[in-house]
Amino acid sequence: MTTTTPPVTAQEPVAAGRRRKPPLSEGARAERRLGWLLCAPAVIVMVAVTAYPIGYAIYLSFQRYILSAPQLNKFVGFGNYSAVLSSPFWWHALIVTIVITVVSVAVELVLGMLLALLMYRTIFGRGTVRTTMLIPYGIVTIVAAFGWQYAWTPSTGYLSALFHNSAPLTNTNEAIAIIISAEIWKTTPFMALLLMAGLSLVPEDLLKAAKVDGASAWQRFWRIMVPLMKPAILVALLFRTLDAFRIFDNIFILTNGANNTSSVSMLNYDNLFTGFNFGIGSAMSILILICVAIIATIFIRGFGTAAPGSSLQQ
Amino acid sequence: MAATTARQRVGWGTANTFAVLLALIPVLWIVSLSFKTPTAITDPSFLPSQWTTSNYSGILKSSEFIRPLINSIGIGVIATFIAVVLASMAAYAVARLRFPGKSVLIGVSLLIAMFPAIALATPLFNIERILGLFDTWPGLIIPYVATGLPLGIYTLSAFFREIPWELEKAAKVDGATPFQAFVRVIAPLAAPGMVTTAILVFLFCWNEFLLAITLTSTLRARTAPAAMAFFTGNSAFAVPTGTITAAAVVITIPIIIFVLFFQRRIVAGLTSGAVKG
Repeated sequence: MTTTTPPVTAQEPVAAGRRRKPPLSEGARAERRLGWLLCAPAVIVMVAVTAYPIGYAIYLSFQRYILSAPQLNKFVGFGNYSAVLSSPFWWHALIVTIVITVVSVAVELVLGMLLALLMYRTIFGRGTVRTTMLIPYGIVTIVAAFGWQYAWTPSTGYLSALFHNSAPLTNTNEAIAIIISAEIWKTTPFMALLLMAGLSLVPEDLLKAAKVDGASAWQRFWRIMVPLMKPAILVALLFRTLDAFRIFDNIFILTNGANNTSSVSMLNYDNLFTGFNFGIGSAMSILILICVAIIATIFIRGFGTAAPGSSLQQ
Repeated sequence: MAATTARQRVGWGTANTFAVLLALIPVLWIVSLSFKTPTAITDPSFLPSQWTTSNYSGILKSSEFIRPLINSIGIGVIATFIAVVLASMAAYAVARLRFPGKSVLIGVSLLIAMFPAIALATPLFNIERILGLFDTWPGLIIPYVATGLPLGIYTLSAFFREIPWELEKAAKVDGATPFQAFVRVIAPLAAPGMVTTAILVFLFCWNEFLLAITLTSTLRARTAPAAMAFFTGNSAFAVPTGTITAAAVVITIPIIIFVLFFQRRIVAGLTSGAVKG
């Protein structure tokens, strides 16, 4: 096997164009075998739990498959997709999801940057601030969501009392605003931690030099910090955008999708457990996956975000 | 550093206080609710007018809460252990060995890290029903391992690249096989990174909700957050606010102590992949 393709196993398809011409030494071959051996269990588990179910979901999405009526199962082509795409519920849920994603990520970026600067620069109490910020990060999402729900429940909540006993969770726009604020409270610290790691990459000397040259704090931030932090910012944005797009826990607790506040994940869940219609549910799952793929592509191609971990390839 | 002016101190102090209060008030609110008597629940003051611990004694006696708590701990610990072992093996290979397919591995785990859980929920629900895994511990452990792996592989390969690998070479010169070099020399050095990864994966399992409510139906495997969401009151009209918030505090306090205790490791783990990536 001099110039032939390296052996391809089921779990480890070989990346094209990376063939080595000279015959491998014994050591290199042993190294390669060990590499595959060490990766195999992780790959098998990941493939079994994701690739296989996704394949199955693609298959189901072309079937009429209702759990309670198995005699009706049959191939329907793109029927499920056209049913989903012509449903106003889907489009409404998609818009709600996009609004929640865009608003919460944008606010988190601004607040996260302020918080990162605070955690990095504050002249006293730095440890206390950093420690406290880990509490929203560590708390279980649905626990926090219950807190917000009760806070806005009339005659129970202090926030509701503050606003004349209002019931904002029963109003679509106000409920979405609360969902967004719950999301922001929970994940801004995470954003801030990622951004703080980026801040630590900005050389102190450079900032001092700029200050001596008369650059204002604002100029130092935009002209020096932001450009140097760009990779960290983009990775944080990519992570959080994809995470916000799959929002489920907060909505499930806060409104359970009532009053048109469903996200796409929430709608998909309801469809699964109220209708037991797996054909429609799978089509929706695949459409959500496609949305996620589009977002990731925009970030990686459009903004030149380095895919997290891509530096490991070399 | 030049002496700070009083104005600067006031400015930073205000900002610090504001940030800390914003982070703490929602948490204190949940704690406060959990100490309110059922009648005081309908009193919207921030602090309880009458304090009671009956919500706690109630849930700690109820199998509806204790059993899910055991499930949460058991499933979290087992899934974390398996994920860290498998991720360490893969991360070692990624960080140290030359082999074709490495970029595929990284690509696959990247995809999985970005996966919306709901896209897995539908097919997994059906597959697990057919395989008899539905509503069992392995039925949640397996997906948790798979979702924890990408996180583990990133974090660990970042850590592994920092290890002084000359030691490994030295061991090989002394006649150790690559496998022995891994187990005897590198694994002990890698332990801190593995602890960090274990913490992050455990936090993920503890927090996970969507798969927990989708792939379970009874107390047999339902985890604490999932069980909490389905707590019902004594009657259809009584919202079990006290019970839910007491349960919320019980599942939150240990995790907060845990997070604060390991805060350095968590921050290092969260940021390791992001900056170098």
